[in-house]
Amino acid sequence: MSSADADLIRQPASVLAAAICDGEVSSVEVTQAHLARIAEVDGRVHAFLEVTAEAALETAHLVDEKRKSGANLGVLAGVPIAVKDVLTMRGVPTTCGSRILEGWRPPYDSTVVARLRAADMVILGKTNMDEFAMGSSTEHSAYGPTHNPWDLERIPGGSGGGSAASLAAFEAPLAIGTDTGGSIRQPAAVTGTVGVKPTYGGVSRYGLVALASSLDQAGPCARSVMDAALLHSVIAGHDPRDSTSIDAPVPDVVAAAARGDVRGLRIGLVKELSGDGYQPGVLQRFNEAVEILQGLGAKVVEVSCPNFDYALGAYYLILPSEASSNLARFDGMRYGLRVGDDGSNSVEQVMSLSREAGFGAEAKRRIMLGTYALSSGYYDAYYGQAQKVRTLITRDFTAAFTKADVLISPTAPTTAFKIGEKVDDPLAMYLNDIATIPVNLAGNCAMSLPVGLSPADGLPVGLQIMAPPMADDRLYLVGSALESALTDKWGHLLIEEVPNL
Amino acid sequence: MTAITREEVAHLAKLARLDLSATELDHYAEQLDVILQSVARISEVAADGIPPTSHPVPVENVFRDDIAKPGLDRAEVFAAAPATEDDRFRVPRILDEEEA
Repeated sequence: MSSADADLIRQPASVLAAAICDGEVSSVEVTQAHLARIAEVDGRVHAFLEVTAEAALETAHLVDEKRKSGANLGVLAGVPIAVKDVLTMRGVPTTCGSRILEGWRPPYDSTVVARLRAADMVILGKTNMDEFAMGSSTEHSAYGPTHNPWDLERIPGGSGGGSAASLAAFEAPLAIGTDTGGSIRQPAAVTGTVGVKPTYGGVSRYGLVALASSLDQAGPCARSVMDAALLHSVIAGHDPRDSTSIDAPVPDVVAAAARGDVRGLRIGLVKELSGDGYQPGVLQRFNEAVEILQGLGAKVVEVSCPNFDYALGAYYLILPSEASSNLARFDGMRYGLRVGDDGSNSVEQVMSLSREAGFGAEAKRRIMLGTYALSSGYYDAYYGQAQKVRTLITRDFTAAFTKADVLISPTAPTTAFKIGEKVDDPLAMYLNDIATIPVNLAGNCAMSLPVGLSPADGLPVGLQIMAPPMADDRLYLVGSALESALTDKWGHLLIEEVPNL
Repeated sequence: MTAITREEVAHLAKLARLDLSATELDHYAEQLDVILQSVARISEVAADGIPPTSHPVPVENVFRDDIAKPGLDRAEVFAAAPATEDDRFRVPRILDEEEA
């Protein structure tokens, strides 16, 4: 890799976009630099399941031509991006990290992908993930784990570990993630990057292969708050093809990120998302960030959300219930893997054989859990009760937001753990999302941003900001203010401290 | 709430169309039981009279004008299918032998 390339891959997306727009560098050059980086390091990181080099260069070339012709370009035109492999992209393999979809080439684009294309962004490829987004470590990918660029023996979080790792490894300046229980925010936290779960309905789910339809939300992954805001503005907004898409103007997240101000803002510390189970090093960095926010003029108050203690339990009934229904579509009839079609097996036998061969351990576990929770005789005791807890959690948020404009907590209780450490201990794995799950259940929005390295192990710690539904701009207002203060303190973004691969 | 047995797991696997191996049945019986025991405490707070939430934003019917739009490309769809015949999806036999 040339030194010019090495310089390009470390630039923020906002800087790349401006340089491409001004003709200082071409989109082809920027794209080539990232493709070279992927070729150099992805053998060790394994962030990508598919690299669409040829199509990326073709798009980059078209963007350069468009610029030369004087056409108007979008805010991120010509900037490369990685897309989580759970969003369909016409003609490009979309596996969701599962064998059951190995080699499947969707006949249509998801709305998120269509918007990236319409914004003249350059899609580098599809990123690794836990199978059908079920997991917190990316170890449940059928195609092997992704490695955390901070320490290749550790997990990059999940389910969107590939997207987060691609940023931390400087393979892509931006990425798309999806967040059902923390799959954007927890990977951001453990890789020292920024991730946002927009308000439910803020970004279209059309073409997002469903895990739990009432919880899933796609969002931006980036190395800085401003870059996340720019990407957020590109992908968000009403889509008639998603009936749960919110038909209202997108909050001005870019202006909020540019402003970055917490003076007079009430910031609530959630009592239940702290203490036992959180590593001392995580709490230390979190508490320091709280002091910084206070120093910047925010008013910090403690709030209690007592029902958050039950969020994990409710989530692990609601999610498997919805997942078992959604994954019923993978029956080997119209697309995906088919096994045992030997002329003697019946359609039901072929379905059972195909699903047995195509789904991994965690997918099967959750399918059965959901089948149980929805089955006759147990529905009221499990799924019905979980839905009530969901109401209680939403009420807790509503009450807390009368006392505070935003709420904060550590994003994840621990820093990145070792690959293999929790892979067959579902309960230990589920605890990774303890602080991120309440937001998905209530449907509001949240961001994770890096607040330092844990003194215990030198690994990144994330802080979560939570805001009410459709107040996504507040995430950026607070996130940007905190990021600026931390950058002033360190002299650079935390990601600059990631070891050289 | 009661413990989940191996027989129940086998039944669930059948309902979920998963042809689980004997080893998997043993393994999942143990794990599902642990998971269910740990989530069961939600009943401490999920009292009668609390309305259930199925969806984070209130959903009403969303209508659009009934205007025909192009569908998916047939060739692309069939190219992604496990088996096709005469421009249709080919599926295994639907009836059991005794029903046939």
